[in-house]
Amino acid sequence: MSKKLRVATTSLAGCFGCHMSFLDIDERLFTLLEYIEFDRSPLTDIKQCGPCDIGLVEGGLCNAENVHVLREFRKNCKILVAVGACAVTGGLPAQRNHLTLADCLSEVYLTGPGVEHGLIPNDPELPLPLDKVHPLHEVVKVDYFLPGCPPSADTLWKFLSDLLAGRTPSFTQELIRYD
Amino acid sequence: MSDTFVLDGEDVPFVPGQSVLQAALSAGRYIPHLCYHPEFKPHGSCKVCTVKANSGLGSRYASSCTLPAQAGLEVESATEEMNELRRTLVQMLFAEGNHFCPSCEKSGSCALQALGADLGVMTAGFRHFYPDRPLDASHPDFLLDSNRCILCQLCMRASSEVDHKHVFVLSGRGITKHLIVNSASGRLADTDFALTDKAAEVCPVGVILKKRVGFAVPIGQRRFDQRPISAQALDDAPRPSDTSRGTA
Repeated sequence: MSKKLRVATTSLAGCFGCHMSFLDIDERLFTLLEYIEFDRSPLTDIKQCGPCDIGLVEGGLCNAENVHVLREFRKNCKILVAVGACAVTGGLPAQRNHLTLADCLSEVYLTGPGVEHGLIPNDPELPLPLDKVHPLHEVVKVDYFLPGCPPSADTLWKFLSDLLAGRTPSFTQELIRYD
Repeated sequence: MSDTFVLDGEDVPFVPGQSVLQAALSAGRYIPHLCYHPEFKPHGSCKVCTVKANSGLGSRYASSCTLPAQAGLEVESATEEMNELRRTLVQMLFAEGNHFCPSCEKSGSCALQALGADLGVMTAGFRHFYPDRPLDASHPDFLLDSNRCILCQLCMRASSEVDHKHVFVLSGRGITKHLIVNSASGRLADTDFALTDKAAEVCPVGVILKKRVGFAVPIGQRRFDQRPISAQALDDAPRPSDTSRGTA
């Protein structure tokens, strides 16, 4: 391959579990690194996403910064991938969606068990929480979805190796899990 | 000597009174389905088993669980067109309820999840509704989590047809239709619902959950972790040579 593909990764409202699963492809990482190089990613600590071939986005959207980063990825990545249950469905953070944001903040910071002299954080540096948590495809166009909490290392490897070989990614049923 | 109809180009025998779906499953031919259960009267509400049927008078779409098998009927099921429609139906069910598989104790034993995986559904695609639906933990032996209800009415059918109790009912219309409990208080604890009820074992998703056994079988070793739902459905189907029925 003449030129390595540039790959960016990020975790929005996620737990980095999908990144851990990505690292879990183990020695296949060496093969992968013959074909790709990383742009913005927790693995490089590069803070801004440049033009990339593939963007892997873990986590859903729970605050304004998540939306900002997602749009940066969409603008820069030729192929944008929603990685994991939270990116695909909103996941665990979206389980607050049937409550109002005010009730959530109040319970956590003011009235919850063990909270004394509570205060709802309002530092201007904190990104504003969204009213509801959203999956990625509700805000930008997503090219591929990899469900799972997390998608297994084998699923991630199958996806990446298909993509790198120029094939449309396809999965056997065992590699498709929602949990 | 039984009659035959044609399913995806191959003859399928049937006995009068069988639906297209029943005859197909009996003959070892899978048609994806969700609200159909071999032990209950077909319901035809989920539409996942929809096929294209041509009886010589033109083709039409019909639920194969309620479509009577007829000699000479030509049925298309395992086509990309039909499977794409089925994927869309499954996606709508996922988007309409609160289906968070990673935190659901039914994961791995859930027919909706297994059907989605079998059809290759990677995302619900639509805008999620995130409805506000109640939990009922009042019953000593059951948790009722209506977040995952797909309105298949299997619990209703089991409770009325087999248990003769009418514990579960649907209320409301259209998008507001929802599962309720048939007691004055609306609480499951105030019904005579019991562990031995048929309705306690038919929920295909994670709505009616037995307490204290949620993780007795670990994730990864559950029903649909072992074999895809398409294979399990054929195991469960009554066969002409063996009328005994598998477990639900």
